[in-house]
Amino acid sequence: MGGLLLAAAGFKAPNLDYAALSPEIVLTGVLVFVLLIDLVVDETHKYLVTQLAGVGVLVSIIPVIALAVDGADRSMFGGAYVVDNFALVFKGLFLAIGYVVLLMSTRYIEEGDYYEGEYSFLLLSSILGMVVMSSARDLITIFVALELLSIPAYMLAGWRKRDLKSNEAALKYYLLGVLASAVMLYGMSLVFGATGSTVLSEIGRQVAGAVGDQPLVTLGIFLIVVGFAFKVSAVPFHFWAPDTYEGAPTPVTAFLSVASKTGGFVALMQLIFVGFFGREEVWGPLFWVLAALTMTVGNLVALRQTNIVRMLAYSSVAQAGYILVPFAVSGDSPAAAGTAQTAMIVYLIIYAAMNLGAFSIIMAVARKTRSGEIASYGGLFNYAPGLTVLMTVFMFSLAGIPPLGGWFAKLLIFQSALDAGTPTAVLLAVIAGVNSVIALFYYASIAKEMWMKPVPDEDRSPIGVPAPLAAALGLTALAVVVIGVYPQAVARLGDLAHLASR
Amino acid sequence: MDWFDSWALTLATFLPVVGIVVLAFVPRAQEQLIKTVALVTTIVTAAVGVGILLNFDYGAKGVLQFDPGKKTWIDAIGSNYHVGIDGISLPLLVLSMFISILCVIYSWDHFPEPHNPKAFLMLMLVLEVGMNGTFVAQDLILFFVFFELVLLPMYFMIGVWGGPNRQYASIKFFLFTLFGSALMILGFLALFFKAGNTFDIPTLIEQAGNIPHNTQLWIFGGLFMGFAIKVPMFPFHTWLPDAHTEAPTVGSVILAAVLLKLGTYGFIRIAIPILPEAAITWAPIIGGLAVVGIIYGALGCLAQKDMKRLIAFSSVAHMGFVMLGIATLTDFGINAAVFGMVAHGLITGMLFFCAGSIQERFGTRELARLGGLLVQAPKLGWILGFCAMASLGLPGLAGFWGEFPAILSAYQPAAGLSEPLFRFYMVVASVGTVFAAGYLLWMYQRTAFGTPKEEFAKEHIHDVHGPEWLAWAPMLALIFVLGVYPRFLFGVTDEAVQTVTAAFRAVGGP
Repeated sequence: MGGLLLAAAGFKAPNLDYAALSPEIVLTGVLVFVLLIDLVVDETHKYLVTQLAGVGVLVSIIPVIALAVDGADRSMFGGAYVVDNFALVFKGLFLAIGYVVLLMSTRYIEEGDYYEGEYSFLLLSSILGMVVMSSARDLITIFVALELLSIPAYMLAGWRKRDLKSNEAALKYYLLGVLASAVMLYGMSLVFGATGSTVLSEIGRQVAGAVGDQPLVTLGIFLIVVGFAFKVSAVPFHFWAPDTYEGAPTPVTAFLSVASKTGGFVALMQLIFVGFFGREEVWGPLFWVLAALTMTVGNLVALRQTNIVRMLAYSSVAQAGYILVPFAVSGDSPAAAGTAQTAMIVYLIIYAAMNLGAFSIIMAVARKTRSGEIASYGGLFNYAPGLTVLMTVFMFSLAGIPPLGGWFAKLLIFQSALDAGTPTAVLLAVIAGVNSVIALFYYASIAKEMWMKPVPDEDRSPIGVPAPLAAALGLTALAVVVIGVYPQAVARLGDLAHLASR
Repeated sequence: MDWFDSWALTLATFLPVVGIVVLAFVPRAQEQLIKTVALVTTIVTAAVGVGILLNFDYGAKGVLQFDPGKKTWIDAIGSNYHVGIDGISLPLLVLSMFISILCVIYSWDHFPEPHNPKAFLMLMLVLEVGMNGTFVAQDLILFFVFFELVLLPMYFMIGVWGGPNRQYASIKFFLFTLFGSALMILGFLALFFKAGNTFDIPTLIEQAGNIPHNTQLWIFGGLFMGFAIKVPMFPFHTWLPDAHTEAPTVGSVILAAVLLKLGTYGFIRIAIPILPEAAITWAPIIGGLAVVGIIYGALGCLAQKDMKRLIAFSSVAHMGFVMLGIATLTDFGINAAVFGMVAHGLITGMLFFCAGSIQERFGTRELARLGGLLVQAPKLGWILGFCAMASLGLPGLAGFWGEFPAILSAYQPAAGLSEPLFRFYMVVASVGTVFAAGYLLWMYQRTAFGTPKEEFAKEHIHDVHGPEWLAWAPMLALIFVLGVYPRFLFGVTDEAVQTVTAAFRAVGGP
């Protein structure tokens, strides 16, 4: 009977490549398992759930590596779901970020007396959404992945439920996130209406041709880009970010500012380079303005912050601005698009390491000072020299000072702009250069506080760093330093992982 | 010696890293051990330097020595690990190694507050890596990394161990330099794309002639900003007096002796040979700013109340002579400039050492409160006098050979440059030397002559002690040796300088 119905509808069961889906399948298994285990573990052993989730994420990396070793591109559902180098690099990155965030969360959630099992479950769900996003080459898949990565994050942002600021964080994030989704969905429907397809490669074919000239497509592209501008907190769509970052639990803030933002950029890269590459004149100038505004406003406002989380929030706005630069200059040719993609991929990897590291330090210091004020970092070097040196490493890496990872990320951004070589591109590079000088001021102000100021309350008792947090710090610091000295390690990934632009 | 030929420069650059790693594992309380490790590291590094000096082929023309060839470093952007030296880099490399040892010796017993020799010496070794690396790098990206590497340790050295206004001075130093290097790296990238997709300096020197003239001018502008801020040239010099005044003695010495040279070295190694056409257009501007710097620095000196600040302004003036020599684009001028760089490193370094020792003894550097140094500490007083004489360009001491030929070279600048204009610069620069004599003698008179001021009259002032002698004697000797036998240095630099100007003569010259 069922078979008959299927036959009547002309339905052909899609060919599922289970090998290609194995990371998603493993991760789904892990998150269901975590949810079930949470039911039977008693209250005193809840930390086991978080640890289990961490191990599960590491296990999910194994199939990613296996697929990378295998090397073949796999495509499913008529090109809607693709596992290629691009997807694998980002799947690996998201899982690595997820692991580090779980390390950061372990003790925080336990000590704060929050729900632990559900926390891990939601975090894993969001990571699953990102893993799916890396392969999504279809408007609907992108949208589903985006909601899957966003909805758990809305809840996580409000995890400190007895704290007003956390409530505000969640509500703001939720409302603006939904608004962004609506705008984006409207844009997607317009593009679908004009091209008759949701698969990006097909859209790309049509948009490059006659269909692309319709105003409908222009409006569609515009709305989609604006929707994602909310996601990556580009100016002027960034207003939610500082409040949400300040109110959310710190590991969640780290997760939002790194993973969620990277998710938005992954979606944008797929949309732009596969779907809309033929209409450079629509998105090129749009990205130019977004990039210039985002860098400049983010940096200028960051100068004025007295709370370190808000400062890092604006810094991450500014960093998004740098990542937007390659978009703005990538439209001239597929070659320029290649340089731009390398720059963005490498930037996102390095950014993840240094920002997660910085947030780990903030968590470690807050264990003692119970404060996010920059002034509470005064004289840190006197009683926590190790943390001070690491924080200095992360801050100056974010500022882009060699030999720490960030310099190479910035260099590639400049390179992509000068590769395009048009006067507007060079102007954008100069704006980025001036911005990196402005940014140094507030990154260095943290260093100044730690090294050159007296201890504010003369409390010089040392800071105890729990083992998982120390592991997170070690991993991120190692990545920042190794990449800084031998950038080829990530540059190679960036070069391998290009999407094919037409 | 094949092995030494290919590894010498890498060792010279990265041996201090070994010291840093060892220091990281020595507990903070074991100060004696920490100081010994740092001293041994700098001495071993300098031993490599001596090996390089002995094996250097002084007659070779236009080739890089100790160059093991390019090694892949960052394939993705086409940057290689490529090191090599010629007669221009050699003296500066050796100067940098040599100053590092002396600075460790000088700090032996007096680490400024908040003490912490471990952190201080680790930073000093990081500085040495950056300085040595900059002088041997033959790839723009490699150069850039080393050029920037010196910023962090210097920032902390000023900011943590500096004077009362240290926080302001340190961030000002950092921001100014970073602004310049942001534009410089854009220039490097533009060179990469316009001149055949390479960052390799020797290759760029061959290929960059094809870049359209207008583009060259813009790229040169970017490089100019990077190097001119580092030199520093008027009007980008304002970070220098603050940084020098607030820095601890050793920081000031390294800053004056080596860091400023990174800027002038950048002009000679990168900007001028790669973009000779643009250099011709820019030279009158550079020369003009240089002579303004000479006069402005000198007038600035006359207005200072603080001894270190005075020496800092004198640096602006002296670097003006160096830049004037470079701006003439002649063999003569650039040789004088390289000589001036080394001489200024030794002499101004020594002056800062003296100022530091005076401050340590009297607790002040205020000229109005000092006096009678020759009575209270005659040896220190004579050393200060010797350095002041050397600094004002007294013939027979090193300073003379940096200043006088630079002025003279402006009489006959390279073809394509306006002779009357450069002769005018020459006259202005000569007036500058008179000012120099003025402010240095004035400083010397105020500090050394007369009787001690009342507040210090009864105090017992220690004369020069052991570590100071050890740190200073080699510098004083070199100031003298280079003064009476300048060929010692001109002989090394001349061949390499001719290569720089040859690339330039091919464009517009005779």
